[in-house]
Amino acid sequence: MRDCKVHPVQQKHRENDMFLKNIAITGLVAGLMSTAAYAEGHGVMCGPEGQSIRILASDFPAIHAVADDAEKNCAGRAAEFTRNHTTEARQIMNAALTPNPAEYTSVIVANSTLTQLMNDGLVRPLNDLVEKYGQNLPQNLMITLDGNIMAVAFMANSQHLFSRTDILAEAGIDTVPATYDEVIAAAEAIRAAGIMEHPIVMNMKTGWNVGESFNLVFMAHGGEFFKPGTAEPAINSPEGIAALNTLKRLVEYAHPDHLTQASNETQGLWEAGQAALGIMWGSRGAPILDDEGSTKEITSNTVLSAAPSVEPGGVPGATLWWDGFTISSNVSDAEAEATFAALASAMNADMVAANNDDAVWLLDGFTPGPAAAGVSATAQGGAMPYPMIPQIGLMHNALGSELADFLKGDESAEKALADVEAAYITAAKEAGFLQ
Amino acid sequence: MKHRTFFWFILPTLSAMILFIALPIVSVFVQSLFVAHEQVQVVSESCGPFGCTPTTSIDLEATEKLREEQPLGRFNGLNTYFNRSHLAIADIGEAWANSDSMGAFWNEVYNLPFYNALTFTLTYTFIVTPLVLMLGLAIAVGVNNLPRALKGVAIFTSLLPFLVTPLVGSLILFWMVDGDGVIGATLQNIFNDSSLSLKGSTPLMWTMLMVYGVWHTLPFSFITFYAGLQTVPEDTLEAAKIDGASKWQSLILVTVPHLMPLVSFVTLMLIMDNFRVFEPIVSFSAEAHARSLSWIIFNDLRESGNPLYASAGATSLLTIILVVILMMPVLVRTWRDFTRKAH
Repeated sequence: MRDCKVHPVQQKHRENDMFLKNIAITGLVAGLMSTAAYAEGHGVMCGPEGQSIRILASDFPAIHAVADDAEKNCAGRAAEFTRNHTTEARQIMNAALTPNPAEYTSVIVANSTLTQLMNDGLVRPLNDLVEKYGQNLPQNLMITLDGNIMAVAFMANSQHLFSRTDILAEAGIDTVPATYDEVIAAAEAIRAAGIMEHPIVMNMKTGWNVGESFNLVFMAHGGEFFKPGTAEPAINSPEGIAALNTLKRLVEYAHPDHLTQASNETQGLWEAGQAALGIMWGSRGAPILDDEGSTKEITSNTVLSAAPSVEPGGVPGATLWWDGFTISSNVSDAEAEATFAALASAMNADMVAANNDDAVWLLDGFTPGPAAAGVSATAQGGAMPYPMIPQIGLMHNALGSELADFLKGDESAEKALADVEAAYITAAKEAGFLQ
Repeated sequence: MKHRTFFWFILPTLSAMILFIALPIVSVFVQSLFVAHEQVQVVSESCGPFGCTPTTSIDLEATEKLREEQPLGRFNGLNTYFNRSHLAIADIGEAWANSDSMGAFWNEVYNLPFYNALTFTLTYTFIVTPLVLMLGLAIAVGVNNLPRALKGVAIFTSLLPFLVTPLVGSLILFWMVDGDGVIGATLQNIFNDSSLSLKGSTPLMWTMLMVYGVWHTLPFSFITFYAGLQTVPEDTLEAAKIDGASKWQSLILVTVPHLMPLVSFVTLMLIMDNFRVFEPIVSFSAEAHARSLSWIIFNDLRESGNPLYASAGATSLLTIILVVILMMPVLVRTWRDFTRKAH
């Protein structure tokens, strides 16, 4: 996951009910089981003894919690248990997993990074290991490709709407906006009332972030990135143009520096009380709502809700992300087995309970607080997962570098999308996706 | 020196240069001639916590077979150099045919990634290099004329920007010009415009990058010229004084000609450095307004998940060629001086 910096927050909330409904819808309830029986069981589920377990992962609290628990359970029986938590995991993982034996036996990945490993065949199917050690893992957390389990997910994230209800009320709006038009109308009302000149914050930093912001609005408009079944681009479409125009209308109310702002900056603006409507990552919910870095007035009036849609009740403008673990292809079967067993042992309710507010866990034992409300409402509203397509990284990069001219007002939406397609085609030809 | 002795003297340096500079450049060139194999794609179904979706994936066996047959990839000749991401010959031809004015043609060219980056890189080099040369000389002369007691402090202070890591130095400036930073907020107050943003405007961002570039490299030219000033012959200066030259005249007519070999050296170094401008673009998050050739290489290698080695290689070689072209006048001049002295 690109964005995760989470602080603990200790609040329970009426939104529990809603989240449970959501859990039932996405089938997570399948994972409900006796915590006691599981706790008893996982002590002995460590796989072959005397193996080397080497984990590469991103660096944020929820991932640390999982790796900590795996280490606590199974490091004693392993000959070696090493972890490398780094924000550069995505940059080094393909090189680290290519040699045989690979540098790491497991990489903890997200949607987009799993594709990057699978493109080079660096992760192995886990079906047999799930059968042996995964009795307690809910079936819907298996990331499968044509029936092969390639990863096991354990937490979710997505972008969604953050609103300041006190400021909305001051501008005469008593409901949280649900569509892009309502968000823009609310922003205009706030500006017109003279409360804030730039009430909207979004992660629009040129590069990955602006590409992702386009993806959100594009998916809300029902856009398709590629012609089905091919690597031919399809974003220069009516949906693409509509998405860019919506984005343009939004950023007219965003901070003038928006093309340099990513999660840290937008969270900062929010906590400083300089914004009233935000489209930010769910993982920023807990740090925004906690009692650090902001005032009571801001946190108590911040409401997290589903990402806006185009039409009322439409697809929320968000991409759903999961984080999960994989096992390397280029390691011995015994090491693979020991690594899988150790990580699977960490997927338990006690670990979740101890780290409840570090993430939106997809595991048994999660008590959703207000910080999880936005992600669950977005998932429930039918948002789409970030596409797991081999060439999506090239498209995302082309979007990230070619949309700035349009957002600065230097070129038309059609021209910007034509540039994106041209840049993508050039890169895809070089990478072998197009001939 | 005998040729033989010279050979033995130069051998260690020469072998290191061949091993660590020449061979890697050859390797980069070879890699830039090849592109990746076809990624054989199959339609499949992917499932996860958020349901199932049809998708494509890579047929690993078929792709691996292609890779084994030709480990370097598919030979592509110089096509990478001429594609849209680089010299974009076809796109420029099309722009020329379809544009009715020079302005429209230039807009089309400027829209191409390579020429866009080249424009900024050249502007940066041609503005920062002379400014650093002149200001560096001015500060050196100024410090040289200070009373002895103040010299140490002045030299230390002037060297400070050089001691700051480029990434950190530019981040500090970046925060200062933020709307909430000391410079940004002051400007907003002065112009009474809360939307005024240094980071939101292309000309202001370019100015900021160049101001930063001057600030950061100034100590290098200052200290080199200061060292050079210590070697200016007192006799000549005195003779000039007796002949009635003003301070300004002796600076321009005696000191500067004496420093000319140093000026060539500093110019060469500055051109090479400035042409590779990179860190400030990243730490200023200036990508929306300014991209350099080095930034393109970085982006090709890092951002897409599939490193584009051919693209990065082609941009690297084009950068090298352009640096050599830019340095040519200075190199020719140095060569002439050298041969003149030899005779």
